[in-house]
Amino acid sequence: MIRRSLLKLANPQLLALIGVLLINWLLFPNFFRVTWQDGRFFGSLIDVINRGAPVAILAVGMVGVIATKGVDLSVGAVMAVAGAVAATMVVAGYPAPIAVVAALAVGLLCGLWNGILVAVLDIQPIIATLVLMVAGRGIAQLITEGFIVTFNDPLLIYIGTGSFFGFPMAAVIALVLMVVVTLIVRRTAIGLFIEAVGVNRAAASLAGIRSRMLLLLVYSLSGFCAAIAGIIVAGDIRGADANNAGLWLELDAILAVVIGGTSLLGGRFSVPLAVIGALIIQAMNTGILVSGFPPEFNLIVKAGLIFIVLVIQSPLASRLAPPRLQPAAKVPAK
Amino acid sequence: MTDTGYALEARGIVKIFGNHVALDKVDFGLKPGEVHALLGENGAGKSTLIKILTGAYQPTLGEVLVDGVPATLNNPQHAQTYGIGTVYQEVNLLPNRSVAENLYLGHQPTRFGFVDRRKMERDSKIVLARYGLNIDPSSELGAHSVAVQQIVAIARAVELSGKVLILDEPTASLDRNEVERLFEIIVDLKKSGLAVVFITHFLDQVFAIADRVTILRNGKLIDTKSLDTLTRTDVVRLMLGKDIAFSGATKLEENRPLGEVLLDFKNYGRKRSVHPFNLTIHKGEVVGVAGLLGSGRTEMARIMFGADAADEGTVSVSGTQTSISRPTDAIAHGFGFCPEDRKAEGIFGDLSVRENIVIALQGKLGWFSALNRDEQMEIAGRFGEAMDIRAASLDMPVKLLSGGNQQKVILSRWLATDPAFLILDEPTRGIDVGAHAEIVRTINRLRDEGLALVVISSELDEVVAYSSRIVVMRDRELVAELNGENINPGVIVQAIANHRDGAPA
Repeated sequence: MIRRSLLKLANPQLLALIGVLLINWLLFPNFFRVTWQDGRFFGSLIDVINRGAPVAILAVGMVGVIATKGVDLSVGAVMAVAGAVAATMVVAGYPAPIAVVAALAVGLLCGLWNGILVAVLDIQPIIATLVLMVAGRGIAQLITEGFIVTFNDPLLIYIGTGSFFGFPMAAVIALVLMVVVTLIVRRTAIGLFIEAVGVNRAAASLAGIRSRMLLLLVYSLSGFCAAIAGIIVAGDIRGADANNAGLWLELDAILAVVIGGTSLLGGRFSVPLAVIGALIIQAMNTGILVSGFPPEFNLIVKAGLIFIVLVIQSPLASRLAPPRLQPAAKVPAK
Repeated sequence: MTDTGYALEARGIVKIFGNHVALDKVDFGLKPGEVHALLGENGAGKSTLIKILTGAYQPTLGEVLVDGVPATLNNPQHAQTYGIGTVYQEVNLLPNRSVAENLYLGHQPTRFGFVDRRKMERDSKIVLARYGLNIDPSSELGAHSVAVQQIVAIARAVELSGKVLILDEPTASLDRNEVERLFEIIVDLKKSGLAVVFITHFLDQVFAIADRVTILRNGKLIDTKSLDTLTRTDVVRLMLGKDIAFSGATKLEENRPLGEVLLDFKNYGRKRSVHPFNLTIHKGEVVGVAGLLGSGRTEMARIMFGADAADEGTVSVSGTQTSISRPTDAIAHGFGFCPEDRKAEGIFGDLSVRENIVIALQGKLGWFSALNRDEQMEIAGRFGEAMDIRAASLDMPVKLLSGGNQQKVILSRWLATDPAFLILDEPTRGIDVGAHAEIVRTINRLRDEGLALVVISSELDEVVAYSSRIVVMRDRELVAELNGENINPGVIVQAIANHRDGAPA
């Protein structure tokens, strides 16, 4: 049993993460050095989990959506909306906890809106979520009235930059969220149903799965996760920037999910692997930064990684790869 | 063979896909000025033959002759230059462009290198008038009814090719008046010397319009005959390959006492899908459903299961009237449904055998009472063993199993829900002999255990063997219910073929 779970850990994503970290270490020998300062850990490694947290959180929501053969392009914009809501409310004098709850509720509503477009109106996910991707920034600007709303609220700043037993708060939130969502989808039948709907929605419907409720759930979760990421990013810069908060992060989140082994065609998915995918992306970002390469390289390296992942997942590669499971002819099931 | 009389001819066509012989030495000759019906059940090779005649496929052996001259048709566009045009069941035109553009797409009249829109629309008007259509050529095609679109497609095909017109199920989505209108046009085209190939599942339409008929079965040519010499029964018999001579009486099992009534469908139907039908189903009986493809068999199964909602009539389960408008409603009443298209609607290819078996039971239990892995293994193992599913492991993706084993997986999925009523749509199609026997054995076992079953099958011998009663579908209508010694292939063929008024009671 233990051996099996150890074997499970030796998956390509984890090996890739270790590989990227090792390359970083070669380029920047101090990469793994972690120091204790002012009651918290410091170091490049800590930086990776801290900076990677928002995309990891987005990926936790995105992976369920993609597993149903959908995609959520609106998460970056929803981050901006949630950040704007939280910032304007604390500036307007509401207590911070209420502002946070309101921001999360708005994220949930945004997700529900996407879910209704996809599940009830049957609009293709890429178009349905494009609506909010465009409109979301506008809504955020309306809320902030076009300004960058800055604040000094200690709770919001703590969520964005604080530490918990020395670890960055953002990373702790991402970890907790990952564990909770993983438990929810795997300890209930929701995970199986998501995969079934993603693999074959017609068959799922005939097998008695209410795919509509399920789609509403995954899109709502994605909006909720985006709101968490939006609050973190706002807390980090102590302000809500409707134009730039979460800009293009939906693409990083999709990439993280795909690196995590979930096909854009839906089906099998893994929440932890999507989070590892987000860490791989951030490890590359940080590595390029600390090793002194110009940040422009970042985009090219990222594009190269996408290319490699897509080639590995392409039908051609699976035809060339040795078949792992062959149906045996005469062995009765046991 | 001297055959200058044929506008289009196929000689000794063999088409092999992998190691599957789709067509085996098929000859087909089409005369100018005739409507030639091409008939056969699913998988008989009709569409393969059509694709060879239109250049979409190349024959493995044999040759295609146009006007008696051997021709190599590279693709459908190339076939058009030989005068061969095709209209498919789903209109494959551009609904968001104008009628005129659709008529002339790729062949637009030009002036100074630009499309001469005015000339195009003027010409369109003349062409459309010939087909009795008085519509604005500049209007969007999609704004018109399917029938009009179909006629535009025919007009396009005839204008571009002009010698041979192939109609692949052109009437599938038309209502009766629209079909008549289409037929008038076909008759006109025929008079002008066009050769028409007509593919349909509706026998009435074949007899209404076709001059000759070619029947294929399992990739082999059965016969080409003039329709004057054939009765409906002859045609059905040729299609299904049943010899009516042995019909006398199959040995009947001693009449089982009927169980109590489980289901009662009264005037149950759905517009444009199935005419209202009455059907009572008892516990412990198998109701066989016979009928040609397209006769409404599958549609009936789908509305029974709530996959499509009925819009008229009532259903009672164990005497209580209820509503079944979604599969979840049906499953809650203990229904199960193995669909005809296993791959598209049955299996979850990437999921494991285990997950494929437990999914319906889990669906019934809901989101929060999840079966854990061990429970899933136990259930999948138990039903997998009972059905003799041959899989290396219950954790392998179900798509790696053979068709027969996949069918057993879907059956196991429903048995795991402890059903009271199962609907099986073509449960034995396309599976190997061993799995076939296992499924027939299971049907018998379930009936003896007191389940009610509805089994749709094109295999008449098979339906006869396990059914306690047989209902016959024709033209989306339940036309006959056969009991006792009427349960034999001869009577069934007769019932399928009979005209509206002559159905056996």
